[in-house]
Amino acid sequence: MHEWALAEAILTTAAQIAEKERLKEVTEVTIRIGELQDVEPEILKFALGEIKSDLFKNAKFRLLKAKTELKCRVCGTIWRFKRESLDAATAEAIHFVPEAAHTFVKCPKCGSPDFEIASGRGVWLDSIQGVK
Amino acid sequence: MIDPRVNVIDSRLANVKRIIVVSSGKGGVGKSMVATTLALILKDEGYKVGLFDLDFTSPSTHVILNAPVTVPQEDKGIVPVSVKGLKYMSMVYFVGENPAPLRGVDVSNALIELLAVTQWGELDFLIIDMPPGIGDVILDLLRLIKRAEFLIVTTSSLLAFETVKKQVALLCELKASIIGLVENMKQASNINNSIEIEARNVGLRFLGEIVFDSTVETSFGDEVKLLGTSVGRMLKRVVEKDLLVKS
Repeated sequence: MHEWALAEAILTTAAQIAEKERLKEVTEVTIRIGELQDVEPEILKFALGEIKSDLFKNAKFRLLKAKTELKCRVCGTIWRFKRESLDAATAEAIHFVPEAAHTFVKCPKCGSPDFEIASGRGVWLDSIQGVK
Repeated sequence: MIDPRVNVIDSRLANVKRIIVVSSGKGGVGKSMVATTLALILKDEGYKVGLFDLDFTSPSTHVILNAPVTVPQEDKGIVPVSVKGLKYMSMVYFVGENPAPLRGVDVSNALIELLAVTQWGELDFLIIDMPPGIGDVILDLLRLIKRAEFLIVTTSSLLAFETVKKQVALLCELKASIIGLVENMKQASNINNSIEIEARNVGLRFLGEIVFDSTVETSFGDEVKLLGTSVGRMLKRVVEKDLLVKS
């Protein structure tokens, strides 16, 4: 499960911020999960719980889903990515590396693979809260 | 919002002793062949070796290795595929033989993703095959992997070397470590040593020349044949003389 690797990245980053902000304890971590990568929230949450350090012992992990919006660079069409339209192998490739979408997803209007992932790509650390 | 992935790259590569980046200013000079053969030679010497194809839009090391089509396994990250004793990772595992039309921002994102989630484990050497030029990938590598050592490849063409000079100037300006320059695909009839002289003029260590070998493409997929090509024979000398002395 590569959610574990992402959980480690989130905790490493949150710990760096906590140190910079001189937080003795982190109480809440808010994470945004892009629909495109389709990270499994339950696995991510479980991994966060398993590998967290004492700094996060009472932390609540809030996972928010972010919709994926794609914007065609050729005709300007903006559309919502729909995972349900993909076969399992393609969905898995995009889960591993979201940029694989440029191979398998096309603009619904002009058919171009040249689109921008305007929002909802992968995993982002939204905010952390804690006590000084 | 903060992208957390970059902060885990150092720990992901913590058990990799040396990272060697095979690079050039120009395409078509044989970087992939040099990177793949170098990885196989080091493995043959008994080292634990990884090979990472970072040419996302035009990968070719899988052709040289005749790597099987498969899907990498997941275990707290993505596990590189075992190919001929190498730990191997390439974009082909995610896009197959289809085109991957990626702009710079997408190349950077894919690179950061794979650096953040690939579990290389313990390695003596990670060999990285680069796309040509001084674009996003080399800038990202210089930013994210400070201890990368560059092995530069050119052909005998002064046009190719002209682009190499720009890449070397960038690497020197950014204080990157350069192992030296290999002159690839030199015609046996060419007795001119202009590339060696040019290399020395720009302060670049000249590691030697690889004579053009028409058997290279018929050696793809066959480790013994690959190591027996002029590329394999010359790189073995580079490994013994120039690479392992630093280990």
